[in-house]
Amino acid sequence: MDPAYIKPFIASIQNVFATMLQMPVTTGEPRLKTDRGAENDISGIIGLSGAVRGSVVLSFPTQTAERVVAIFAGQSLQVGTADFADAVGELVNMISGGAKALFPGNAKASISCPSVVIGQNHTLARQSDIPCIVIPCTTDCGPLTIEIALKVGEDQPVAKAAVPARANA
Amino acid sequence: MRILLVDDSKTMRNIQKAVLTQLGHTDLQEACDGQDALSKAVAFKPELMLVDWNMPVMDGLTFVKTYRAQVSKTTPIIMVTTEAEKSRVIEAIKAGVNNYVVKPFTPDMLSQRISETMAKFAASQPAPTSA
Repeated sequence: MDPAYIKPFIASIQNVFATMLQMPVTTGEPRLKTDRGAENDISGIIGLSGAVRGSVVLSFPTQTAERVVAIFAGQSLQVGTADFADAVGELVNMISGGAKALFPGNAKASISCPSVVIGQNHTLARQSDIPCIVIPCTTDCGPLTIEIALKVGEDQPVAKAAVPARANA
Repeated sequence: MRILLVDDSKTMRNIQKAVLTQLGHTDLQEACDGQDALSKAVAFKPELMLVDWNMPVMDGLTFVKTYRAQVSKTTPIIMVTTEAEKSRVIEAIKAGVNNYVVKPFTPDMLSQRISETMAKFAASQPAPTSA
């Protein structure tokens, strides 16, 4: 996958957490996801369609999600409630929306309404022809991951030299 | 000031409510999509609306167009959305939006946009004539 379509998600998650939670996010080395199992217990999922299509998953261990949601929503919310899921969904919505505005060449994409899956060992099925990149992140609330599975239309811009994304210092 | 908050995310509505309450605005109503907002706006007669774009049932852009055509051409509307591309901002302004806030936002950002919008609205109103 072209790193030019991954870097916007790194920038966006850092922007969302800095702005709404006043918290830095440190991103680690991206890796290719080779299995269908969820990275963590809570997945906020958004679909993209248009010139760039696929899905983005914001994945949290339960404890991280509880802490993040408490700060974001301004109150502790019980895992599994509609309000908790709404908060997770809104986070992945903002991250994806912010990222798509940074796609190279103003590549157009529409984002779906978010879905949230809560439960240990859940599986997320994706289109088999779209590779998924996992970016591990660390925050003051704990670790989380962002999974990006995107396919770019043939007429969309591609970075001239594909270089691996670097971890933040 | 009567303010209608239109967003399918309850979390986002609560965040906006917290900012508005801190600014001293307590006459607030909420709607969870454009269709809900249309019926509530007719009854509540808001003096300001904060409207999300991507919502189920009726999205924010369709709501703004419908509201401007059927209810009021002048009530100030601020779009509060993740849609950040210039083309989307232009589309929203053409539909009748008065100002635009891109999510994520700080309380100060939202507060500033509200002040700007209401100041411009006040300046656009005809001066009262003396008796």
